Amino acid sequence: MSPVTTQDAIAQVASDPTSLERHFPAAARTAAREGLDGDAAREALLMAVPGPAASVIDAVRRVYDHGDAAERRAVLLALPALDAPGRANAIGDAALPIVRDALRTNDTRLVAAALGPYAAAHLDADAWRQAVLKVLFTGIPVERVAGLADRADDELARMVRDYAAEREAAGRVVPPDARTVLDLSLAHRAD
Amino acid sequence: MRIFDPHIHMTSRTTDDYQRMHAAGVRAVVEPSFWLGQPRTNVGSFCDYFDALLGWEPFRASQYGIAHHATIGLNPKEANDARCREVLDVLPRYLAKDRVVAVGELGYDSMTPEEDDVFAVQLGLAAEHGLPALVHTPHRDKLAGTRRTLDVVRESALEPGAVLVDHLNEMTVGVVAESGCWMGFSVYPDTKMDEHRMVEILRRYGLDRMIVNSAADWGNSDPLKTRRVAETMLAAGYTADDVDRVLWRNPVEFYGRSGRLELPETDAPVETEPGELVGARATFLGNSVLRGARE
Repeated sequence: MSPVTTQDAIAQVASDPTSLERHFPAAARTAAREGLDGDAAREALLMAVPGPAASVIDAVRRVYDHGDAAERRAVLLALPALDAPGRANAIGDAALPIVRDALRTNDTRLVAAALGPYAAAHLDADAWRQAVLKVLFTGIPVERVAGLADRADDELARMVRDYAAEREAAGRVVPPDARTVLDLSLAHRAD
Repeated sequence: MRIFDPHIHMTSRTTDDYQRMHAAGVRAVVEPSFWLGQPRTNVGSFCDYFDALLGWEPFRASQYGIAHHATIGLNPKEANDARCREVLDVLPRYLAKDRVVAVGELGYDSMTPEEDDVFAVQLGLAAEHGLPALVHTPHRDKLAGTRRTLDVVRESALEPGAVLVDHLNEMTVGVVAESGCWMGFSVYPDTKMDEHRMVEILRRYGLDRMIVNSAADWGNSDPLKTRRVAETMLAAGYTADDVDRVLWRNPVEFYGRSGRLELPETDAPVETEPGELVGARATFLGNSVLRGARE
């Protein structure tokens, strides 16, 4: 593999988007050699994909589907930037299938990365509540969930109360994060 | 004592094993892709397996404070099934991944013409991707198979120092020592090598290019055999530094040729709450912990 700099890779993707799949897997190693952050480098590669939203989403799908865990996580972290308001080819909700895919995994790194501002903006209420419950179950710090204060509702509060009751019935500790979610749900109703 | 198990099939092992391995000092492993007992019949089965070796399994290992890497390749047994040949077409995609530290396991099972082809092609892929190769030696007709393996390596673009020839024993170690390739030994409860014979081989051939693994898998095997070898070495008069060389620095040097090892701080104590997994906090931080950072 010929060594390429992060800047070269970004320029190549901008002129030839098919090169993305070649540059994406090695991007974190290249960035590390340059003292750069691997996730940021991968985001920059995705942001460089030219063309309409359909081309961008196609590229996002391909690198996610063919990615290892770190690549998939980087794709999830890049979704808010790819959907930024004012971006001509903003992806809208078209990347939701990969968010759902990540939420089905048991890899807490992927679940946490999937619950950023993109999911807060686009994920439907049922799937979003299930995801928050999964965060409590798997011990992911609940402050990792974007938009929690805005989206926590009565139904989520009911689910979390049931979860807390199940823990107590089993003689287990109720994590403090469950109380945090309940408080936010109640505060939301008071708004 | 820090231990690097350079050949272990963790997908076949339980979380109890991960816990016991961490307690015994194992901090890093390499999991070679291999034959799963049940033959696969299409390339998709391999892709899902390779994805697991680069996704779920490293995550599982990280929860127990163990850094996980993989070698990717088409094993010789399944190289004989034409339906699996397409695996060669998807390999370049996998050989570009961060935690892929070698091509493997390659080599011979029954020494067929199909195995010849697939072995040679994959040694070429290793050279192209700047990766070393992990080569297994056959269970049957082992010495002839080892010699033929070394012939194929000599004809390849890889230098001997980029090749680890594994599952050696008293009959096969000599020819590999002469070849300049690295020498791998799998220490098993009742086949391959045992820890006492292993120490005899170290005494006879020295510690250079010597690699010891448990090769633990779904058969009768023991993931703590690396530790048993370390203890047997100490009992035989080897120093702690000798043990560190064979069970940590040697495999780090070999797989480090890839430039893709991500090793933990082996001397940093891990603080945990009662009942918390040693790697639990790492798992929310992406891959950063395995580069040494910890919040």
